[in-house]
Amino acid sequence: MSASDILLWVALPYLTIAVFVTGMFWRYKYDKFGWTTRSSQLYERKVIRIASPLFHLGILAVLGGHVMGLLIPENWTHAAGLSEDAYHLMAVGLGAVAGACTLFGISLLIYRRRTNGAVFAATTRNDKAMYVFLVAAICLGLLTTLVGSGIVGEGYNYRETVSPWFRSIFLMDPKPELMAQAPASFHIHAVAGMLLFLIWPFTRLVHAFSAPVQYLFRPYVVYRERGPHDPGSRTARRGWERVG
Amino acid sequence: MKIMAQMGMVMNLDKCIGCHTCSVTCKQAWTNRTGVEYAWFNNVETRPGQGYPRTYQDQGKWKGGWELKRGKLRLRSGGRIKRLLHIFSNPKLPTLQDYYEPWTYEYDMLISTPLGEHTPVARPKSLITGKPMKIEWSANWDDDLAGGPELAPSDPVLVKIRDQVTDRVKMEFEQAFMFYLPRICEHCLNPACVAACPSGAMYKRAEDGIVLVDQDACRGWRMCVSGCPYKKVYFNHNTGKAEKCTLCYPRLEVGLPTVCSETCVGRLRYLGLFLYDADAVTAAAETEDEHGLLQAQLDLLLDPNDPNVQLQALRDGIPQDWLDAAKESPVYKLAKEYKVALPLHPEYRTMPMVWYIPPLSPVVDALRETGNDAEDAGNLFGALESLRIPIEYLAELFTAGDTAPVSQSLKTLAAMRSYMRDVNLGRDPKPEIPAAVGMSEESIYNLYRLLAIAKYEDRYVIPKAHAETARDLEELACSLDVSGGPGQYQPGPFGGASGRPVPVAVETFHALKVRQTTEVLIPLDAVRMNLQNWHGQGATDE
Ligand code: SF4
Ligand code: SF4
Repeated sequence: MSASDILLWVALPYLTIAVFVTGMFWRYKYDKFGWTTRSSQLYERKVIRIASPLFHLGILAVLGGHVMGLLIPENWTHAAGLSEDAYHLMAVGLGAVAGACTLFGISLLIYRRRTNGAVFAATTRNDKAMYVFLVAAICLGLLTTLVGSGIVGEGYNYRETVSPWFRSIFLMDPKPELMAQAPASFHIHAVAGMLLFLIWPFTRLVHAFSAPVQYLFRPYVVYRERGPHDPGSRTARRGWERVG
Repeated sequence: MKIMAQMGMVMNLDKCIGCHTCSVTCKQAWTNRTGVEYAWFNNVETRPGQGYPRTYQDQGKWKGGWELKRGKLRLRSGGRIKRLLHIFSNPKLPTLQDYYEPWTYEYDMLISTPLGEHTPVARPKSLITGKPMKIEWSANWDDDLAGGPELAPSDPVLVKIRDQVTDRVKMEFEQAFMFYLPRICEHCLNPACVAACPSGAMYKRAEDGIVLVDQDACRGWRMCVSGCPYKKVYFNHNTGKAEKCTLCYPRLEVGLPTVCSETCVGRLRYLGLFLYDADAVTAAAETEDEHGLLQAQLDLLLDPNDPNVQLQALRDGIPQDWLDAAKESPVYKLAKEYKVALPLHPEYRTMPMVWYIPPLSPVVDALRETGNDAEDAGNLFGALESLRIPIEYLAELFTAGDTAPVSQSLKTLAAMRSYMRDVNLGRDPKPEIPAAVGMSEESIYNLYRLLAIAKYEDRYVIPKAHAETARDLEELACSLDVSGGPGQYQPGPFGGASGRPVPVAVETFHALKVRQTTEVLIPLDAVRMNLQNWHGQGATDE
């Protein structure tokens, strides 16, 4: 195992986790006001009507696929009576469909962003950088799916190397040697994914963590007392006081 | 029973001259910044007309407000799960084109163009794209019936009553009948915007019922914008957060009226408290018959002079000075005692708390044109009977199409007019005129005082925010006072859409109140000034 393996499959993952967690915490604490979808639907409604649900639902399915593939050990699905071939077929089939939806959705969204004057004017530099990372991760992910499935080249069972490595990171017992065996496409996709999570807290992607599930359970009309603890009445936090 | 207090407003439409002063001062105070250039928390629309945003009253199209489904209240845009499924793209969100694309002019061209043969022109430039644009619509494109024959027929209210009237009458109506409708957020008792907000960022203040958006908790899902049937929540496209009329709560908290009321040229706005039973709101909004909604809404409002109500209100934590203010409340008197003020579109079932006294002047004008004595009670009553169309239109606006309450309100106004004429001309007052509308001479006189000559203190009965919390209130940040907010401070680390809110104490509204009510003229030197805290003395320096 080389130094670069340690760097990529031990150091980088932990760095990502550290930056992601502290970054999210910091952003939530100090920039709640900036925590928003910053929707551009007000400018244009036709393209977004198709593109946005396509992308978002697609990426949610992709997320589900990653949870399945990375978190659930292979022997669990075997024990559940799912053969390797059946699992493989399902994962590749659903993964390809979800990935294609996501890619098509985001392509449409980016096309819209570039061609609609109002939407383009509202695109910040931060957004543009974020799109590079996001699209890279998605494209490389799709490529990896194709490689892993055997559609391109020889098939690869990532659940014997990549997945255990992924879990080992969170179990605080990193096994970089497993990841090192995986094909290059998996390597590149993993790095792209980690980079995406590194910048995540500092982009508009934070809105993914405010999925409003509590809406299903609260009463329709919300009352709030005014008073000293009103959200608006907070004094500026340390380090964020107004100067002058 | 749980009694709560609600700050309400009444507008006397007879007096509105359509000058838009209220809109302009409101904009100056609250929406004079990027992201909400297109937003008018207060707008004045000409009726008949399409309104702002265009045809917002067409709920078949916009799906705002509530509806009854198997006897139960439900948001017209669907249930909770459906709403969550739509957060990626809200199918009922108006686009900028439905409001209008805001613009400025290339003023700089006028002075920077080199000397040449032609006079330089300042072309219009979009504030959204920064590109030159063609101006084709605005918040008030159909002001004063401009474009009448093409635009007015698409007025959703006209469309609704068209089935009942022939085209001939309709044209007559469009020529003879026009009035202005100033609109702000209704601060509803049963707000659809709050119910539609997935993040729980919108709330109704327990103390005074003002509906606000917590700028820190809003995540930009835009459901409030489409949920509100009056389209009075706006999406700030710069900060990505929803914003709305705040009923100028920093001013109300120190006893000052809203900016729109303060600056209203016609002095037609009234502010005061309603006491209502919060536990009964849902049942009232579930009234099956749309024509019963007005009465259900009136029944929610409790008599502040009833000792039982007072006792219960004290038990529910309403301070004594607020109860005293409720007794003096002009809005309660106009809505419930005299029954001249009516809510806007009660059929949306949001229980709106901005009430309107329907305009009698168009009827008077029509009568005068026919050469009759337009202030004679008999003539006026007769005209109200025969002039069906204006009344049907008004009924569609204020009583879900039920003409009886509108006629009653207009008749009361007519009775007041002709009764007071006799008084003013030194003739013998005729007690049978008030009696014809079921009122005593005394109450018709009181109504006259309230509508015609009420002083500032009588039009605005605003109890201060309660004494114990007054000190905290000075520190209370206004919910829009963020970077890119009315204060327009430095943008935060992630551009115009981020950063910390700044406490509103930088402009202490208590000091403002003192200055506004003092007799001495205070020099303005070195005071940072805007219209929101202009004290009415001397000139502003901005
Ligand atoms: S009028 Fe105001 S309170 Fe009522 S639903 Fe609309 S935004 Fe909400
Ligand atoms: S300022 Fe008063 S009179 Fe003028 S448009 Fe507004 S409500 Fe009407």
